[in-house]
Amino acid sequence: MKTEKAIDFPKQDEIGPEMKGADVLVASLEREGVDVVFAYPGGASMELHQALTKSEKIRTILPRFEQGGGFMAHGHARATGKASVCMATSGPGATNMVTCIADAYMDSIPLIAITGQVYQQFIGKTAFQETDFFGMTLPIVKHSFLVLDKEDLPRVVKEAFHIATTGRPGPVVIDIPKDVQQAIFAPTFPAEVDIPGYKIESTKPEATDAELLNVLDLISGAERPVLYIGGGIISAEAHLELREFAEVTGLPVASTLMGLGAFDAEHPQSLYWFGMHGTVAGNWAVCDSDILICAGARFDDRITGLVSKFAPDSEIVHIDIDVSEHNKNKRVKHPIHSDIKYALKRMTELVKAGKFKKPDLSAWFKTINGWKEQYPFSYDKTGHITQQEAIETLYEVTKGDAIITTGVGQHQMWAAQFFKFREPRTYISSLGLGTMGFGLPAAIGAKVAFPDRLVVNIDGDGCFMMNIQELATAKIEKINAKTIILNNQHLGMVVQWEDLLYESVRGQTILCDKDNIGGPDNIDAIYPDFVKISEGFGVAGKRVIKREDLRGAIEEMIAHDGPYVLEVIVPYTEHVLPMIKQGLGAKEILIKSE
Amino acid sequence: MRHIISILVENKFGALARIAGMFSGRGFNIETLNVGPMMDNKLSRITATIIGDSDALDQAIKQVNKLINVLEVTEFNSGQATERELIMVKVSASAGQRSEVMQVCDIFRAKIIDVSADSVNIEMTGNANKVAAFLNLIEPYGIVEMARTGNLALKRG
Repeated sequence: MKTEKAIDFPKQDEIGPEMKGADVLVASLEREGVDVVFAYPGGASMELHQALTKSEKIRTILPRFEQGGGFMAHGHARATGKASVCMATSGPGATNMVTCIADAYMDSIPLIAITGQVYQQFIGKTAFQETDFFGMTLPIVKHSFLVLDKEDLPRVVKEAFHIATTGRPGPVVIDIPKDVQQAIFAPTFPAEVDIPGYKIESTKPEATDAELLNVLDLISGAERPVLYIGGGIISAEAHLELREFAEVTGLPVASTLMGLGAFDAEHPQSLYWFGMHGTVAGNWAVCDSDILICAGARFDDRITGLVSKFAPDSEIVHIDIDVSEHNKNKRVKHPIHSDIKYALKRMTELVKAGKFKKPDLSAWFKTINGWKEQYPFSYDKTGHITQQEAIETLYEVTKGDAIITTGVGQHQMWAAQFFKFREPRTYISSLGLGTMGFGLPAAIGAKVAFPDRLVVNIDGDGCFMMNIQELATAKIEKINAKTIILNNQHLGMVVQWEDLLYESVRGQTILCDKDNIGGPDNIDAIYPDFVKISEGFGVAGKRVIKREDLRGAIEEMIAHDGPYVLEVIVPYTEHVLPMIKQGLGAKEILIKSE
Repeated sequence: MRHIISILVENKFGALARIAGMFSGRGFNIETLNVGPMMDNKLSRITATIIGDSDALDQAIKQVNKLINVLEVTEFNSGQATERELIMVKVSASAGQRSEVMQVCDIFRAKIIDVSADSVNIEMTGNANKVAAFLNLIEPYGIVEMARTGNLALKRG
């Protein structure tokens, strides 16, 4: 007797009732599972905001600057791995968001940037608040749409989310003229996407077994192999596969900053992170490796230093989902085009199927562990609180259980050095573009995604000033994100380069009165007063100066029910070490101050 | 080095700007560029002649291939494709010179498509070498204006 076979009906497009284009947009966002939008209104986007007010599924958060909204979406997307939405009006609203889009492009973040555009009849007429945003963002998007036909709107939204989140993630811009927002029509919500130049199968390439067996053979025959991992592991949600592969093969693992947390920092095989300010052990292990397996990373200049001195004697395997990364910065012998999650999982299966002879790496680990022991990240305790001590204390108090965001500069590097990241998506930082002012809005976005987790923005005084207005968002929207400002009254990283390369001549790197520089020994001169500013925003804050008060102040910050600003006064004389100066190789690493 | 690249794209606005930007943003000079629709008018083929270093170009081609609107990118090595360009030139030719100009046209199988008292418009098709040779011979008469399609290429066989 035959059993009846169920017929698979293809998914059907859904035709909605007549509504305004703006409502169609919101309905399309809801269909993509969006539950929060960071949006600043204006003339060309207020229709969208009117539609958002009617949504029961989407929380709309008003930032105080479009860039703040964009970086909130970054924090949200980086903490969750999902596409996140920021929105702005045409012209200046849109241009204020450009930095966020460039940032998402550099760090492969699924950001959906929606902008209002002037009426189509005014496009190209230099109308009020008109810019060619589609044209302006071309080099910094994964893809973009200017919606000229209202009927396209639901399909464009579906395609945008699909493109942003699949393959190598990236930002997608949707520019919507006001007449499209106002047009009334019955939308067709497509069930599937069909993009001729972006086939679903091409978004998940898979390495062949022959390629992967070759990698395993190379590892088997290696004396000094290293696994070099990057943000691709996090994008692909492949940290568990990574750990298993590392453990079955016994490889030491060195991460980039984008990959931080993908591999437990406390794992015995971890070299933590390498590059310009990374561990000596990580940098030297990669440099001396005979086989280097790069998984989901892109040989960035802050990782390689001088390319010719990067892993000079190593046979390099580069596994990446983006074929255009192969041989871009460093020529490699074995480029492999693959989804990294698949490649790691498949290699582990092959190992377990007996296709791998584990190499004896005891001598190699002896060397590596010697470096780890001899050159840990370290700093000298002084009479004052230092940036490193503040971060280390935060790590101790939280036991590492927090999502950390940062600005850009010294504090960003120290946060990565002295807070040990053990899980993916816990170090949220602008790494490719290096945008100052990223930390506070990113912390707000991450906290919206994870209201029950502690979220701390470790910031500098320069960075904090760049998006300080978002304290208002935190207060009014009741978003309990914390900030620790490591206030050294200077642009610390530039000061460090001035000290090392420009005989300490200060080129506009002092943020207070340069004739009366504030600091732990000159408290009255500290400028501005961040605690008072916070007070003005209705946000609690405290200044801490003495070492003995530090731990208590951090505990108080964490215990406080609401957003909080803890201003820690630190000296500007500290340098981030180790450091591989630009144009040098790993062996020329500066370990102690000259 | 000179490279001929053939790109099949979705016929959407902005597609050409994205592709041109991918080359110009990397410092390549686009020598010729041609775009035209396919039988399926949702698609267009772009043919570009680009001067630049091969490694860097390989990188640019991969980047172009990544563009969402791009379906296919092919780089033709010499001999792999048939190549042609169509040019139109307006050449000064008084009644006395006209027959000489026509002789040159005959040799190159070029056509006179418009005549006036002191000039002729000539249509001529050929590969890069033939076009260059023709222009060399016709130049002494005085080229008033010229328009060219840029190189077109189609894979052999």
